[in-house]
Amino acid sequence: MTTTPVAEATKANLNRAGLDKAAYKGSKSTLCAGCGHDAITNHIITAFYELGVEPQSVAKFSGIGCSSKTPAYFLSRSCGFNSVHGRMPAVATGALTANRQLIGVGVSGDGDSASIGLNHMCQIFRRNVRMLYIVENNGVYGLTKGQFSATADVGSRQKGGALNDYEPIDTCALAIELGCGYVARSFSGDGKQLVPLLKGALSHNGLAFIDVISPCVTFNNHDGSTKSYDFVKEHDIRLHELGFVPHYEEVSVEYDEGTTTRVDLPDGSYLTLKKLERTYDPFDKRSALSTLAASRASNELLTGLLFLDENRPTLDQRMKLTERPLIELTEADLRPGRAVLEEIMETYR
Amino acid sequence: MDTTLNNFTIQVATVNGSGSQSANLVLLRSIFNMGIPCNGKNLFPSNIAGLPTWFTIRVDERGYACRRKDVDICVAMNENTIDADVNELAPGSVLIYNEALSYRPRREDLVVYPCPFTALAGKVTTEPKLKKLLTNMVYVGLLQELLGLDPVAVEQAVQKQFARKAKAVSLNLGALKEGVAFAREKLTKRDAFKVERRDLTAGKILIEGNAASALGALFGGCTVCAWYPITPSSSLPEAFIDLAGKHRHDKDGKATYAVIQAEDEIASLGMVLGAGWAGARAMTSTSGPGISLMTEFAGLAYFTETPGVVFDVQRAGPSTGLPTRTAQGDILKVACLSHGDTQHIVLMPASVEECFTFGMEAFDLADRFQTPVFVLTDLDLGMNVWMSDPFRYPEKPFDRGKVLSASDLERIGKFERYRDVDGDGIPYRTLPGNPHPLASWFARGSGHNEAAQYTEKPAEYKRKLERLARKFETAKSRVPAPIVKNGGDGEVGLLAYGTSHWAVLESCDQLAALGVKADYARLRALPLPDAVEQFLASHRRVYVVEQNQSGQMMALLRMHFPAHAGKLRSILHYDGMPLDAATVTEQIAACEKESAN
Repeated sequence: MTTTPVAEATKANLNRAGLDKAAYKGSKSTLCAGCGHDAITNHIITAFYELGVEPQSVAKFSGIGCSSKTPAYFLSRSCGFNSVHGRMPAVATGALTANRQLIGVGVSGDGDSASIGLNHMCQIFRRNVRMLYIVENNGVYGLTKGQFSATADVGSRQKGGALNDYEPIDTCALAIELGCGYVARSFSGDGKQLVPLLKGALSHNGLAFIDVISPCVTFNNHDGSTKSYDFVKEHDIRLHELGFVPHYEEVSVEYDEGTTTRVDLPDGSYLTLKKLERTYDPFDKRSALSTLAASRASNELLTGLLFLDENRPTLDQRMKLTERPLIELTEADLRPGRAVLEEIMETYR
Repeated sequence: MDTTLNNFTIQVATVNGSGSQSANLVLLRSIFNMGIPCNGKNLFPSNIAGLPTWFTIRVDERGYACRRKDVDICVAMNENTIDADVNELAPGSVLIYNEALSYRPRREDLVVYPCPFTALAGKVTTEPKLKKLLTNMVYVGLLQELLGLDPVAVEQAVQKQFARKAKAVSLNLGALKEGVAFAREKLTKRDAFKVERRDLTAGKILIEGNAASALGALFGGCTVCAWYPITPSSSLPEAFIDLAGKHRHDKDGKATYAVIQAEDEIASLGMVLGAGWAGARAMTSTSGPGISLMTEFAGLAYFTETPGVVFDVQRAGPSTGLPTRTAQGDILKVACLSHGDTQHIVLMPASVEECFTFGMEAFDLADRFQTPVFVLTDLDLGMNVWMSDPFRYPEKPFDRGKVLSASDLERIGKFERYRDVDGDGIPYRTLPGNPHPLASWFARGSGHNEAAQYTEKPAEYKRKLERLARKFETAKSRVPAPIVKNGGDGEVGLLAYGTSHWAVLESCDQLAALGVKADYARLRALPLPDAVEQFLASHRRVYVVEQNQSGQMMALLRMHFPAHAGKLRSILHYDGMPLDAATVTEQIAACEKESAN
């Protein structure tokens, strides 16, 4: 491959993969102006660029819906698979099993993951497939023009005034309950929090799940909505101030051990969680679940790293999968010899 | 008394869960060990224990392998079905029954051998559960004596069945001896059925179709198997798990395959597509209801052009229908599974040997044509025991299709995922993870142009559909061609596929004896190759034999070859039982009589 010489002036913008930020962009978004999803797309671009991930080593996955269109809007140098409604986890599971060297990024929505694909989302938590799974959560179906989704809060109103009185599904609580080892919630408008969470997720060994509240400016940004920009800004309670230090960073980062917890990740990177108003322990499954339940009752939106457990085996590990990607195995590796067939035939005689 | 040698049927009627399967397989293998062609069919209920079940063995030194409806020797072990079982016997048939049942013989026209099976088993063990199991082995002993089975052949079969576990072998041999001794001491042979050693099974194997398909997947290089349990398919992935567990490890003992029991059939096919897109050889296995759930993903695979293999072991009816009965009822649905315009490559093995070869071939075709390939078997083939020549080691290397590596891209200098560069309708693909900057593309079911970019332009969508049709046309010459057996004079042709083959083979001989000479073409794949049209063109009447009620293959033939629609006649069988030759012969003979008038 040829490398284009880079002018000294622009070299400063190159990351450790030798790429500038534009190399992490995708095609132009066709979503509404002001859509939370576009902000998340930008945060994803920032996270991958800053980490210096080789785009070609990434595989993007999505289902159907506004959120599922977004993998076309970032990392155009990565292959992607826009699948069918709700089934992104299945496609990602197959692809990442076939090639364990791929860095998997799945983007889904609340309709995609909490309704039609709820089973698949729950099962991928159980299986602990090594990937980043983002739900861009706006509480409505956008592409079909504003119906409630299963994450809409009780008491929230549609644009036309209709009231939702069904209990919402808390995807993060489900993730924690079903054994997901990296669970976070954030807000599309809070890059300061979301970018370190995305980076941390990419260092996690297993499924990293991030539910991002992402207001729909067209169908769910009015008074009476609990997923509007105004509502989220008023009710967002950040559990901690997040920082991320990558494993390749040589300078050590100063932090106050009295107020900041260092969370080590398997690849040598770490997150710093600086205490804000409340004390929160992301390693305690029971307290995470009860805190989430209490926050729902009091109409608070807790954001940050909700739960972390680096000790759960991944699907690859459980299957004792060979280190080489399955797709690289050749006929010599895969087709047993003549003697084996003859031996098998003998068992049927 | 005349002797009927090496040509009869045995039907054992038992209660599901009573452990009769081992005894029945010992009986089958004993006859096989004596060099006489035979096969066994398990006619079982959707039930774990308690409902009636029947095992039939057809012994036929001429090699006919389909089911025979008439029972020559009935072994009645089930209180609840014995009256009906006996009523169905033709005069002169043999009835062997367990004296522990309340049944008392009422028919004078049968050869009846009562036997205290339960009491005899009690002489071997007093443990109730074991006694119940061994009761079955006593009737094997009784039949050994009555039919003249070679004791050595039977003992070998017992050794094989119980995998040389000394205690089980010894107990079963004990029960067997009780049956032999009883027959010798208390019964006088009054029937005609005998076996005599032949040399017609040397080197051959007895195997179920699902195990053969799993072997195909193993030797075909399958690395990802995602599945969901469903009768009659489950034993296929289970056989694959067993085989891969033994034969697929790297030097460190790590698995060179992945098996995922998915949450449902939707996810099963989704995982297969993900793996196929990433570049693995992936498969799933299911039956009709699972196929229904896979419908949406089948369309996505077709339009994104993603390889994958789907085994469909067909059964009768919907989910609560007849899951343990056989049918060929999915062919029309699978042929164009999904929404929009979709057409699939479908392989239709008739034998266990073809389960193996098509099982491998399916992965080559999926990779070559970048599309899902369906392998349609059925319960009769998948779950029953068939005699076969041993499977030959594959000589053809894997065909991984048109995949471009980074160095290919560097050399070519451009890449468009869906461009028909070669004019055969098959584009080139790259795999995710390919480090070349030109390699990336975005798979989407929605409209896409040659460069894999989103489009809703009418001309671009039309071009896409037309190229896919061209690809399907190319497949015609690559799928297994029909096999034609000549025997007629151009007047009458027979068409069949899958397990109907075995009944049609025998029926051809029966029809010839009735003066109806027919040629026979066995269809082995969709798309229908040109040879099928030639066969239709060269006959005046063509009978299409299939195991469904609506004439599904005939509908496909009419759709693809409308000029010949008028000469097609449907011969149908759809009661859930395996097809027999008489059913085919009777219907065709009646139609031919009508044509002659």
